[in-house]
Amino acid sequence: MFLRRTHYRHPAFAAGMAQMWPQAPGIAAWGLMTGVAMVKSGMSVFESVLMTLLVFAGSSQLAAIPLLVAGAPAWVILATGFCVNLRFVVFSLHMRPYMMHLPLWERLMHGYLTADLTYVLFTRQYPKPGTTADERLAQTAYLAGNCAVNWGSWISASLVGVVAANFIPTQWGLGFAGILCLIGILCSLASTRLRLVAVGVAGVAAVVAYALPLKLNIVAAIAIAVLLCLSLERFEPQRPAGTPH
Amino acid sequence: MGTTDLWTVAVIVGLACVTVIARSFFFMSSKPWSLPHWAQRGLQYAPIAALAAVVVPEVVMVQGHLTPSLQDARLYGAVAGAVAYYWKKNVLLTIVLGMAVYLPLHIGLGW
Repeated sequence: MFLRRTHYRHPAFAAGMAQMWPQAPGIAAWGLMTGVAMVKSGMSVFESVLMTLLVFAGSSQLAAIPLLVAGAPAWVILATGFCVNLRFVVFSLHMRPYMMHLPLWERLMHGYLTADLTYVLFTRQYPKPGTTADERLAQTAYLAGNCAVNWGSWISASLVGVVAANFIPTQWGLGFAGILCLIGILCSLASTRLRLVAVGVAGVAAVVAYALPLKLNIVAAIAIAVLLCLSLERFEPQRPAGTPH
Repeated sequence: MGTTDLWTVAVIVGLACVTVIARSFFFMSSKPWSLPHWAQRGLQYAPIAALAAVVVPEVVMVQGHLTPSLQDARLYGAVAGAVAYYWKKNVLLTIVLGMAVYLPLHIGLGW
């Protein structure tokens, strides 16, 4: 983790930070609007700060806020949080081979800090898990660098949002910067025809299944796109050398 | 502004645990097992599919409904962002140019 000298002194740590920086304004805009949303929906400043510092998951925070304010049963709120976070369960399956060489508490720490963008940038940088100790150390250091910038920009902007909630009008739509950030990353990943198919299929599926509760449309869209692309792979004439698989 | 109560604090701590459990789900146990090869191949499509699933509804839907209106600042912002990305391969520029198109349309024209 970034508390370990061997990680934050590693050149891959700086590379991980450098690659996350361009995303920081998007993450920050999103964090800012989440901070604003918490206070505006009636949570106290202390609760909002605590939630920012501990929960560290924008979509599950936004889903939990109305339930918290309405005084829904705790298990309903926690179950909602988990369901909204289901895409991370899929990500953890992908990340497992990159993680298993670490001790348990470091895996949990990395898991906790691995949000959408850290996962996407990390797997883009390293399509395959390291096989030697040096490769693994570099990958862990890169991930830590990614996480440091992602965490820092999200947390600081969220706290600003909590403090300045009454001065930032939500109708300006500043949160759209977060969506633009995701669009940029999405374009950077669209390197093969099948990945473009995945974009189209997942996008349509997420809209069609939007009525599903708890943001399950996202998980359904991932599952449909992955399965469809896997079955289409056999019709690809030949995988060009060097593409990640 | 609301007041703080212990129940809310406890639920917030619970939500933090949910974050850790969801994000570490498949690497909490250290029992050795590995995914079949086809599943590992399939997961390479998961990141981009997840992004598309999050982004597309945010751009084309309003409160859970498709918006067939062309007077929607998000459409132009999103297109400008994508064009900016393919022009310079730079996410920061994607955000800046996308917002430069989105904000005037949204705040100025109310789209």
